Parts: sequence; structure tokens; C-alpha cells
Amino acid sequence: MLVHSRRTRRALQAAFLALFLPVFALPFLVVVTASLATRWSGVLPSGATLDHYRAVAHADALDALTTSVLTAVTASVLALVTGTWAALAARGSRLRRAIEVLFVLPVAVPSVVVGLSLLVAFSKPPFLLNGTSTIVVLAHAVLVTAFAHQSVTAALDRLDPAYEQAAASLGASPLRVLVRVKVPLLLPSLSAAAGLCFALSMGELSATMMLYPPDWVPLPVKVFAATDRGALFPGAALAVLLMATTLLVLLAVSRIRTKAAHR
Amino acid sequence: MAEPVAVPDAVRRRRFPARFLLLPPVAALGLVFLHPLALVLWQSVSPNGGGHSFAAYTDVFAQAAFRDALRNTVLIAVGATAGALVLGFFLALVIAFVPFPGGKAIGRFIDIFLSFPSFLITLALLFVYGSTGMANGLWTGATGAARGPFDFLHTPWGVLLAEITYFTPFVMRPLLGAFSQLETAQLDVAASLGARAPRIVRQVVLPEALPSLAAGGSLVLVMCLNEFGIVLFTGAKGVTTLPVLVHSKAILDGDYTGACVVAVVNIALSLALYGLYRTLTTRMEGDRRARA
Repeated sequence: MLVHSRRTRRALQAAFLALFLPVFALPFLVVVTASLATRWSGVLPSGATLDHYRAVAHADALDALTTSVLTAVTASVLALVTGTWAALAARGSRLRRAIEVLFVLPVAVPSVVVGLSLLVAFSKPPFLLNGTSTIVVLAHAVLVTAFAHQSVTAALDRLDPAYEQAAASLGASPLRVLVRVKVPLLLPSLSAAAGLCFALSMGELSATMMLYPPDWVPLPVKVFAATDRGALFPGAALAVLLMATTLLVLLAVSRIRTKAAHR
Repeated sequence: MAEPVAVPDAVRRRRFPARFLLLPPVAALGLVFLHPLALVLWQSVSPNGGGHSFAAYTDVFAQAAFRDALRNTVLIAVGATAGALVLGFFLALVIAFVPFPGGKAIGRFIDIFLSFPSFLITLALLFVYGSTGMANGLWTGATGAARGPFDFLHTPWGVLLAEITYFTPFVMRPLLGAFSQLETAQLDVAASLGARAPRIVRQVVLPEALPSLAAGGSLVLVMCLNEFGIVLFTGAKGVTTLPVLVHSKAILDGDYTGACVVAVVNIALSLALYGLYRTLTTRMEGDRRARA
């Protein structure tokens, strides 16, 4: 224990709350509250209403949600397959370090530049993807692959090789070892990685702003469009929709994870 | 010299394709990431008129908008990193060493915080400090003035505040990890020898935390250099950073070559710092293994 005097401890805790709550808890609270209000020009907002949510339920906001979820699911699956494949194949290989650096690189490159590079590369035949939903999905996949690869690599490092050696020594083929031993053991980290990829892709704005075609507008772009034209309160409702969906999926994934861990 | 060990057929057959198995994911990444990046580099030295020259670089470097953006990007990133380090160190210290009801819940909250997009922070700040927001409403209500005093959201300070808020948890997470490995006995010994809390923090905790502070700090620095959503949402015309300049050049002006030049500068900055971050974290891992 660092501080023994009770008074100092109280003071520190108070300082902590005074910093932590306004800085970290307040933003979410404010956005949620604003989504239920029409005006905010005092301590508390005024004009309680559900209109913004009604508008969300009717307008193309639901399309945006579907677009975002589809993009996030596809990108996460692509990222998980590529990242896991690379992590498994690089294990024990001399190229391992190089592969790790390569797969982590998209994190260091600005997302806007990832978007720009896809625009530059896929705007002319034979790869004419500019203006399609595919290019948005590709960008998201590139951006989240690093996280999938990192967490699977870390999980593989912790994996006890005895299991697969035992299976192999009993005559199981490499494919069978992979499907029956390694993947089940990796399932908790795979689902955690899936949740992270999904969440990051749901909130991706930078590369999406460079690439989105008019018929594939994900939710973050909609939030930006709303706030940009001054519709802050409807924008807040859209943001709440985004946060709620992300949270729900994260919750579902963590339930799967606990189940997998118990087995 | 030892006799070469005969590798059994079965093992050789299993080892041989391992390298080929690496091909598909690397090829996929090459197609959608490396090759496009190379094309950005290529385009930046290929002006629209044809041929190849560094003319675009001289052009862009001469623009006041670019120099402003570069300065803004670096200053905001350095400021936000410093702020996040100080705030993150203090908060992590309290969570780890001053027993706290609900400290676990705060750890989980941080994890959730990390998975939300950055622009939500700016959106929230608009309601708190915006022209018709909470703080200004309080002021006008209390004083009867027509306008409140808070008008910094559309300046670099607004971006700075948002970035410190969003990136502080990225500093706290590695710090909390480092603190959990610190022997509390060490603190008790120091305290029993008469050291007071500030001295313990300075001489016992800080040296232990330094590697994770360095790692977290350089990660945050890179993320700040690359941040786009926060700056976009502030809607500040006066605050342009390199990523915003890339976006406006490519999408609003249609000037791909110029955008590519700015992108190359941004990549160079970020990669240099990211290399530093990787070196620091690798050394940290090495230290931990050496100690274990």
C-alpha cells in the first residue's frame, strides 16, 4: 500500500474520481443523454424526446447499420482467416519475425493513407473496385488484420505444444491436429480477436471516408454527416445505435468465450 | 564435426510445405496493402503530365497549408502524448496502489473504451463545450451574458483535449500490467525505511514503469500522428493535420499526386516512430524474460 494516511488516501481517491469520471465516463453519458433531448443549453438537456430514435427506425439509418454490420462481419472473417493462417504457418519458421512485422505494419500506417492507397491501386482496370462495397470491406480487413494476427500469435505462444505432439505421435495428420486440437484450444483467443476486429471495424471512419460509395454508407459516416450539417442530437442517437450494437456483439462474444474456456 | 542427422521422411514431408503455407496470407496482404502502398509512392513521383520527378514534393513542401499541417500534426501529437502520459500514470497509480472499491470494473471499462471509435469523444465534447453546450449554458444562465466563454473546440486545444481523453487508456493498460507485476513488498520495505509516498513513486515505481511508459507513449504518439476522426469531427477549418490534408487533397480537390506526397511524409513520420515503439517493446519483453 502506497499511502497509509487515511486522509491522503481519501484525497487521492477524490482526485481520481474528479479526473476519471468527467474525462472518461462523461462522454458516453453525454452522448446517450443528448440522443434523448432536443436542446442542451444548461446543466441538463431539455425537451425529452424519443423522436431521434423514431427517425432512426424509419430513415436510412437502419440501412447504415446493416451496411456497418455486414462490413464488420465480412472484414472480421477475412482478417481472422488471414491473420490466423499467417500466425499458424509462421510458427516455428525462420520467417516468423518478418511475418510479424509485416502483419503489424497496417497499424503504423495512417488509416487515411490505407484508404488512399486502395483508391490509387483499384481505380483502373483490371482491378476496378473504386465505387464498390468491396473496396470498403477490403480496407477494413486490412486495418483489423493486424489485431487478429497479434492476438492469435500471442495465444499460440502460450499454447502447450504437448497436445499437438501427442496427437501427432498418435498418428493424426497435420490437418486433423489443426482442426481437432489447435483450433479448439485457440477458440477463446479467436473469439476475443473476432470481437475486437468487429468493434474496430464498426467504428472505422478514416479509411471509409476516403472510399465509401453512395450506396454503401456505414454508420460512422452517417454520424459524421449528421453532425456536419448541425444535426447534433440525431447524430447522437446514431452514435448510441453504433455503441449499443458494438457492445451487444462484444457481450455475445465474451459469453461464447467463457463457454469455450469452461469446456 | 557431427554426422548430419538423417531427417525421417515423414518429418521432411511435413516441414517442406510449411514455407509454402505462408504464401497465401502474405500474397493477400501484398495485393491489398503492400502493392497499393508502393503505388502511392510511385504516384507521388509521377506528376500528371507524365514522366517522373520530385516536382510534386517541391510543390507541396512550398505550400503554407502543408507546413501548417505538418506543424499542427507534430505539435498536437506531442502535446496529446505528454498529456496522456501524465494523466495515465496518475490514474493507473491510483487504481493499482490506492485500494479502491470498483477498481476491477474500471479495468473492464477501459477495455470497452478502447474498442469505441475516437470521434465519439469529439461528439461528446460538442455537447459539453460547444457553443450551445452544457458549460456555456451554465455560464450564460449564471451571468446573463449572451455568450459563454468556452470557444476552444474548433482550435487546436479542442483537438488536444479530445486526443488526451481518447488516448489516455492506451497508456494506462500497459502501465496497469507493469504495476501488477511490481512486488508490493518492495513498496512496504521502502515505506518502512521511512520513504514517503512521493519518494516511493519516484524511486521505486517510476523506474519499474519506465519501459511501459515508453512503449505506451510511443504507441500513442503514432496513433496521434495518424488520427483523423477527432480532427474531422471538430470541423475546425483552422486545424489541419496531415491525414486531413491527405483526405482533402484526394477527395475534395482530386489532386492524387499531391495527396500521395503528403501520405508519404505521414507514413515516413509514423513508421519511424513505430519502429522506435517496436524496439522498446521488444526490449521490454527481453527484460521480462531475462528476469523470469
